[in-house]
Amino acid sequence: MALLEVRSIGKSFRGLRAVHDVSFELADGAIAAMIGPNGAGKTTCFNLIAGVFAPDTGAVALGGRRITGLRPHEICRAGVGRTFQVVKPFPQMTVLDNVVVGALNAAARVGDAEREAWRVLELLHLDAKSQTLAASLTLPERKRLEVARAMATRPRLLLLDEVMAGLRPTEVDEMVAVFRRINHETGLTILLIEHVMRAVMALAAHVVVLHHGEKICEGAPAQVVRDPAVLECYLGEEAV
Amino acid sequence: MRALVAGLPARARAVLALVAVLLLGAPFAVDAYVLSVLILCLYFAYTGQAWNIMMGFAGQLSLGHSLYVGIGAYAAAALFVHFDVNPWLGALAAIVLCTLAGLVIGFLAFRFGIAGVYFAILTIAFAEFTRIGFDHWNWLGASGGLFLPVKERGVTDLATLRGPPVMFYYAILALTVGALALSRLLLASRLGYYWRAIREDEEAAQALGIDTFRYKMVAVGLSAAMTSLAGVFFAFYYNNLFPEQIFSMGRSIEIILGPIIGGLGTLAGPIVGAFVLTPLADGITELMQLLGIETPGVKQVFYGVCLLVVIVFLPNGIWPAIARRLGFAPR
Repeated sequence: MALLEVRSIGKSFRGLRAVHDVSFELADGAIAAMIGPNGAGKTTCFNLIAGVFAPDTGAVALGGRRITGLRPHEICRAGVGRTFQVVKPFPQMTVLDNVVVGALNAAARVGDAEREAWRVLELLHLDAKSQTLAASLTLPERKRLEVARAMATRPRLLLLDEVMAGLRPTEVDEMVAVFRRINHETGLTILLIEHVMRAVMALAAHVVVLHHGEKICEGAPAQVVRDPAVLECYLGEEAV
Repeated sequence: MRALVAGLPARARAVLALVAVLLLGAPFAVDAYVLSVLILCLYFAYTGQAWNIMMGFAGQLSLGHSLYVGIGAYAAAALFVHFDVNPWLGALAAIVLCTLAGLVIGFLAFRFGIAGVYFAILTIAFAEFTRIGFDHWNWLGASGGLFLPVKERGVTDLATLRGPPVMFYYAILALTVGALALSRLLLASRLGYYWRAIREDEEAAQALGIDTFRYKMVAVGLSAAMTSLAGVFFAFYYNNLFPEQIFSMGRSIEIILGPIIGGLGTLAGPIVGAFVLTPLADGITELMQLLGIETPGVKQVFYGVCLLVVIVFLPNGIWPAIARRLGFAPR
């Protein structure tokens, strides 16, 4: 059964068509990737799903329930966790407190949230930094903190916006392993926007390609990277 | 009680105990003048804490907190003067009125996306037009002032808040300690985490499931309610109210200087700040008299220089700088 159903969503900003008629589905427990050149509308798609903007057209449903038009916090409550491409840590709070805030979404008490936060911090190898202020983390660490915070909300669907960008190849492999493990253990559904093809190929079973705000191709990764249109607009001939 | 000191090392507890003993015993050891300065210190420690909940914790800048002091003061005083209503009941009315005022301002701002400095300007506007309104409200004495009947000052009558300065000292001390306890509990609660998240990054807070509108409203309402009690105290301690004074922008600034100098968003910052700034302002007056300097404005300039020095050398405030040394591990 599809956990996420995106039905021909569209959004324009002052006449500029950022996303147009994009539809796709995500099966419960799947890992999928959204790729495409810069400005293709990937982050706008995320923002439409996460409720930052309401789509001009179309609808989004999570687990059969329509979530279009809900506000961001309501969509988080409904089970969508998201990270921001430009990371948004709470700089003057410790790493632990950052994650506790996320964990409070699902935890009944602060103590439970703290336990959950520790668990997630360990998972993402941030436990040694727990008492550090988020302001003094390096960028790769901040990216991991984004993931930790979103995961602590206990989502059914996790939206990851370029969390691998700027990581070294070994760090990418580490993150890939973490997401695989979580997906395998908890059945968490993951949709990631990613330019790091190494991660996309390793993780995603399904790839959606956007270009100029429209979906130009969709399918298994091996199939997508051979698609002439995708090669032309995004990957280039070298990728094959 | 135990929850309030949980996690504090022995050294910090000892410091707290010492401060408690000093504050409780102070009226027996000092003269009337020093007592009046101490009352003023505690008054600003209390109002600073109330403001700190809104700005220090939840990140919502109010530059019009004199509004809540004024409404609280006038509400309790008018009920007392005109209807002989007991000040404790008057305090309830003050809390209700100020909470409503805070929620109205909060609703207008947060519903229509007015944030940051624009929100601050809105708070100034409300305080200012309330001041002008009260200036013309004859039932409340208008610009001529509202006066409370002063009875026998030697008699302590806690029920009607009539009594000597010592009674007011303990009243404002109780309020200050209560505000500190409340702040500590709140900061460690779900609400405290949500407020800090909103202060740090509202969009990220929303993405983590926080209804930021609602929790900002709670911060404003609570801060206003707490500030209203300072107004009630003010009315019954000074026994006279003038819109020009109580609603003035200067009063709002006085309230926020303590927390900023002491340490914004910290628990003890507003208290430390008030206890540094209030005697400083008074001390400068004394010093100027001693030196025979009567040039107008010198006092203000000196005060300003002192503030500047603190802000330049301790940008996070006084409290974070001394907290570690006293054994209060910085969180």
